[in-house]
Amino acid sequence: MSQPSLSEALRGVVRRDLLLAMRHRSDVAMSVFFVVIVASLFPLGVGPEPAVLRTIASGVLWVTALLACLLSLGRLFTADYLDGVLEQTLLIPQPLAVLVVGKVFSHWVISGLPVVLLSPLLGLQFGLGGDSLGVLTLSLLLGTPTLSMIGAIGAALTLGLRGSGLLVALLVLPLFIPVLIFGAGAVSNSLAGIGSEANLSLLGACFLLSLAFAPWATAVALRIALE
Amino acid sequence: MFQTVALSGSRGERRLFSDVSVTVKPGTLLAVVGENGSGKTSFLRMLCGLLSPDGGEILWQGNNIRKLKELYSAQLTYVGHLNGIKDELTPVENLKVSACLAGDESSGGVVQKALEAVGLGRSVHRLPTRVLSQGQKRRVTLARLWLSTRPLWLLDEPFASLDAAATSYLTQQIQSHLSRGGMVVVATHQEIDLPPDCIQHLRLTR
Repeated sequence: MSQPSLSEALRGVVRRDLLLAMRHRSDVAMSVFFVVIVASLFPLGVGPEPAVLRTIASGVLWVTALLACLLSLGRLFTADYLDGVLEQTLLIPQPLAVLVVGKVFSHWVISGLPVVLLSPLLGLQFGLGGDSLGVLTLSLLLGTPTLSMIGAIGAALTLGLRGSGLLVALLVLPLFIPVLIFGAGAVSNSLAGIGSEANLSLLGACFLLSLAFAPWATAVALRIALE
Repeated sequence: MFQTVALSGSRGERRLFSDVSVTVKPGTLLAVVGENGSGKTSFLRMLCGLLSPDGGEILWQGNNIRKLKELYSAQLTYVGHLNGIKDELTPVENLKVSACLAGDESSGGVVQKALEAVGLGRSVHRLPTRVLSQGQKRRVTLARLWLSTRPLWLLDEPFASLDAAATSYLTQQIQSHLSRGGMVVVATHQEIDLPPDCIQHLRLTR
C-alpha cells in the first residue's frame, strides 16, 4: 500500500498544472495581452486629461484584473474534468480541499501573477505616481489570489454545464465586489493622500477568509459535479 | 477482504441495480458483466467512492468506506473509462505525475520500465501523448498498474482498444497481482484468460 504525503500530493498537482501552462504559453500570453489592451482602451475612450485618468485608474485597472481572472476560470477544472484527471484527483488519499488550494495557486500563478507584475506599467499609463503605484501593485498582490479562490467555487459549481462561461460570470462577479471596493479604494485613498492601510488590511482579511472557506466549498462542488 | 452488502444504485430516476451482495477475497477477481447501459461503470465508480449508493454499503476489511474515506482511497487503484492522462504531456511525464500522486516510486528508470512492460518503446516516451493512438494512450494509463502497490484494483473496460499483445501483458499483470494476494474488480465484455477458480462473475441486468 502506498500513500503520498500531503506535500508530495500538493507538489504533484502544482507541478502538473505549471508544466501544462508551459506547454500552453499562448494561453498565458493571451490573458496578459487582454489586460494590456483593455487597460489601454480606456485612455483612448476617455481622453488624455491626466486628472480624469488618475481618477478612474484604480477602478479601471481593478475591473480589468477581475475580468482577466474571470476569463481564465474556464481553464481551471474543465480540461481535467473532460480527460478524467479530475476523477483521479478525487481519489488521491489526501484532503481534496488542500489539493484544490494547489490548483488555485497554479491558476493564480498563470493568470493573476502576470497582472500583478504588469500593473506598475499600466498604472504609469494612467498617470499614477510612485506611492500609488506601489499601493496598486500591493493591492493586486493581496486581491488577485482571493479572486482565484472565489472563482474556483463558481468554476466547480458550473462544471459540465452548457454555457457555463456566462453562468460563472453571474455567479462570481457579485462575490468579487468586496475585493473590488477595498482594492480600488486602497489606490484612491493613496491618491487622496489618506493612508491606504485600512483597505489593504481588509484585502488581507478577505484573502484569509477565502482561504478558509473557498477550498472547502470548491471540494464539495467538485464531488457533486462528478457524481 | 472487500464486500458489498445489499448495494443498490440508480442514475437519475432509473434504477440500475439493487441488492447486489458480493465478496471479493484476496487473490480473486470479480468480473462485472452486462450489456451496454446496465450500470457497470456506475457500479465501479460506486466501489471507488465517487458515487454514493442509494442503499446498502461497501465494506473494506469490515469497515464502511464512507467512514474510511482517504484511508480507503489509499488502498485502491482505479483505471476509469476516461484515461486520466494529459494530452500535452509525454507518456513519461504523465506516468511520473500519477505515480507521484499515488505515492509510488516515480523515478525515471522505474517509469520507463513500466512503459516498456506495456509495450511502449522508447521512441514514444518523449512524444506528446496527443499524437499517440487510442490503444497507445490506453497503454500509458494501464502502465500505472505496473507501478501500483495497492491491494485493490478497480478496472473499467481495461481491455478496450488494446491489441492482442497488450491484452496478454495486462492479463499477466492481473494474474501476478492476484498471486500476490491482490484483489481485482473488472468491468468487461470479454472473457479473461485466468484460472476459473479465481474468477467470479457478477451479471448486471437492466
